[in-house]
Amino acid sequence: MKFTKILATAAVALGLATSAFAQDKTKVGFIFVGPIGDGGWTHEHNVGRLAVEAEFGDKVETTYVENVPEGADAERVMTQMALQGADLIFTTSFGYMDPTINVAKKFPDVKFEHATGYKQADNVSVYSARFYEGRAIQGHIAGKMTKSNIVGYIGSFPIPEVIRGINSAYIHAKKVNPDVEFKIVWAFTWFDPAKEADAAKVLIEQGADVILQHTDSTAPLAAAEAAGNVIGFGQASDMAEFKDGPRVSSIIDAWGPYYIDRVKAVMDGTWESKSTWDGIGAGMVGIGDITDKVPADVKAEALAMKEALADGSYHAFTGPINKQDGSAWLAEGETAEDYGDNGLAGMNFFVEGITGDIPE
Amino acid sequence: MLTLEKRPQPSKAFAYLTPLIAILATMFFGGLLFMALGKNPFESIRTIFWDPLFGEFAFYYRPQLFVKGGPLILIAIGLSLGFKAGIWNIGAEGQYIVGAICGAGAGLAFYPMEAWYIFPIMIIAGALGGWAWAMIPALLKVKFQTNEILVSLMLVYVADQLLASMSLGLLKNPEGQGFPGSRNLKDYPSAFNDEIITGTGMHWGVAAAFIAVIFAYVLLNRHMLGFSIRLTGEAPRAAKFSSVNPNRIILFCLGMSGALAGLAGMFEVSGPSGQVSIDFASGYGFTAIIVAFLGRLHPVGIFFAGLLLALTYIGGEMAQGNLGLPSAAIQLFQGMLLFFLLAVDLLTNYRIKLSRKEAV
Repeated sequence: MKFTKILATAAVALGLATSAFAQDKTKVGFIFVGPIGDGGWTHEHNVGRLAVEAEFGDKVETTYVENVPEGADAERVMTQMALQGADLIFTTSFGYMDPTINVAKKFPDVKFEHATGYKQADNVSVYSARFYEGRAIQGHIAGKMTKSNIVGYIGSFPIPEVIRGINSAYIHAKKVNPDVEFKIVWAFTWFDPAKEADAAKVLIEQGADVILQHTDSTAPLAAAEAAGNVIGFGQASDMAEFKDGPRVSSIIDAWGPYYIDRVKAVMDGTWESKSTWDGIGAGMVGIGDITDKVPADVKAEALAMKEALADGSYHAFTGPINKQDGSAWLAEGETAEDYGDNGLAGMNFFVEGITGDIPE
Repeated sequence: MLTLEKRPQPSKAFAYLTPLIAILATMFFGGLLFMALGKNPFESIRTIFWDPLFGEFAFYYRPQLFVKGGPLILIAIGLSLGFKAGIWNIGAEGQYIVGAICGAGAGLAFYPMEAWYIFPIMIIAGALGGWAWAMIPALLKVKFQTNEILVSLMLVYVADQLLASMSLGLLKNPEGQGFPGSRNLKDYPSAFNDEIITGTGMHWGVAAAFIAVIFAYVLLNRHMLGFSIRLTGEAPRAAKFSSVNPNRIILFCLGMSGALAGLAGMFEVSGPSGQVSIDFASGYGFTAIIVAFLGRLHPVGIFFAGLLLALTYIGGEMAQGNLGLPSAAIQLFQGMLLFFLLAVDLLTNYRIKLSRKEAV
C-alpha cells in the first residue's frame, strides 16, 4: 500500500475515532517559526491562539510547536499534528508554504491556513496582513521626526513583504521630508537578537536617528535606547515596554479575529479555501499608541492617514511612483494592483530614490 | 574525601558504558526539569523516547528517524575521520550548504528534461561542492599553517550568504512570483531524491549514510590510511617517525568530511527539503559534531548516536505538540545529553577514589 494511502486511512480512522469520542472539541494546531517569547511575530500569533482559546473555551483544544525550522522539519511537525487529530492547522511563516501544500495533500480532511504565502489548495487557505499600510504611517512619522535625515532600516530577508514595507515607509517619509535618506541593513534572519542589535548599532553609528525594523525581537529598540536620541517602532507586537524610551508607535499584527473566524467556520462546517489579505480597515493591522514624543500635529496627521487607509480613501501606493531605475511604475493617481507582474504580492524592486540594491 | 586518580589504562568497560549512563542521567535530570515545568516526568520521557518508536503512530515516526538521522550520520562519519587525526573541521554546515547548492544547481540546469543520468550528476556535483568548500581550509592549512577551526567556521557564514544569493538570484524559481527560493525538486522527477522503498523513509541519502558507516569502519580498521589517521591523532611524533605525510592526512580528512557533508546537503535539498531557500540550513552540520562525539568517533557508535539524536528531535516535537513543553526545555534536554556524556567520560580515563584526608 502506498504511504500516502496509509496516512490517509490512518487519518480517516482517527477522524472517525475522534468524532465518536469528542465530537464537540475542535483541535487546532499552530506551527511557529520562532519562540513564543520573541516579543514580536510569533508572540502575536500566539496571542491569536490564546484568543481562540478564550473565545471557544472547552469547545476547542489548541496545541503549538515553536522554533520549527522551515523545510523537512515543518512537514514532520504538521504531519504529527494531523495524525494527532487536528482539524485545523495554522502554519505561520512564509517558508512553510511548500511543506503545508505537501502535508495538505496527504490529509484532505484537515484544513490548513498558511500565513504570507501564495499557494492555495482545496484544504489550504492563505492569509496575510497589509503591513505596508502601517509602514506608510511609520514612514510619515520617521520623515517628520528625523533630524539627521537618515533613517535606518533593518530588513530580514529581501522578500516581497519586506521590500513592500521599505518602499511604503520610504515613499511616505520622502513626501514630508525631501532630504530623507534610507540606510538598509539586511540581517538575513527573522529573529536573532544579537544580530539585530548589531545591525541597529551600525545604523546608529552611520547617523541614523530613526530605526525601523522588519525583524521580530526588541533588540533594536534596546540598542536605540542605549544610544539615546534615537527613536524606533514596535514591530509585529506593540513592544510597549519601550514606551518610555525610544518606541514612539508600533505596527501590531492582530491575528485573533481572523483565527476565531476560521475556527468558527470549521466548527460550523462552512470552512472554504480562500485568500485573505486584510489591512487596517479589517482590523488585521493595528497601529500602536503614538507617544507624546511625537509632536501633536504629526500625530494628528498620522492618525488621519490611518483613517484614510482604513476606509479605503487612500492607498499607500498611489502614483506617480517610479521604480528605482527611473522607469515608470504608477501613473498620477494610479494605485498599485495586488497581483500581476507589477503587483504588490510579488514586489521585487525598490522605488525611485532608495539607494542600494536588493541583495541577490 | 573524593579524589580523581588517572587510570593506567583507559577503562574499556566505561568506554562502552558512558553513553548509557549519560542517557540515563539525562532522563533523570530531564524528568526533574519537566516536573519543575509542571508536567508529568514519566509521560514526558515516554513521549520523547518511547512514543516515536512504539506509540500509536510509530509507522510514521520510525521512517522519520532515518530521514532526520541520515544526514547527521553522513556528516558525522566524515567529521570523525578528521577528529581522530586531530583535524577539526567545524564548518561542515558550510560544506553541507555548498553541496546542496551545487547538487540542486546541477539538477536544475537540466530542467525540464527528464533523464536517468541527472540524479547521479547531482550526487557528484554535491560531493564535489562540499569537497571544494572544505579544500579551502585544507589548502590554507597545508600552505600557510592557518587554523582550520577558524577558517572552516568562518566559511559557514560565507556559505550562508551564498545560499541567500542563490535563493534570490541564480536559482530563484522563475515561476515563483518574485518570492525567493528555487523550484521544488519534488516536482521534478529526474532530480527528486524519492524514497527507495515507499514508506520506509529510506531515501538515497540514508543509503549513503549506511555505506559511509561501513566504509569508515573498514578504512579505520583494515586500511593503512586509517591507521595513519589514528596514529596522527594519538601520537603525532610517532606518526612523523613512521613517515606519515601530515599534509596528505589533512587534505584527505578535510576533503572527505567536506564531500560527505556536501552529499548530505545534496540529498537533503533534493529530498526531504526539496528546495534551495534562504533558510535551508538547519544546523545539521553543527549537530553532527555532537553526534560524532556522542558516538565516540566510532562508525557504529555514530550510527546509533545519529538515530538517538534524531529520536530526541522527533520526540521533542511530539512533547511540544502533545504536552505543551516549550522548545527551550527540549533544547536543554539535548544539551544535557552532551554535558553528561562529557562529564561521565571522565570515568573512562580516571577513577574516583575515596581517600582519607592526609596531613599536609
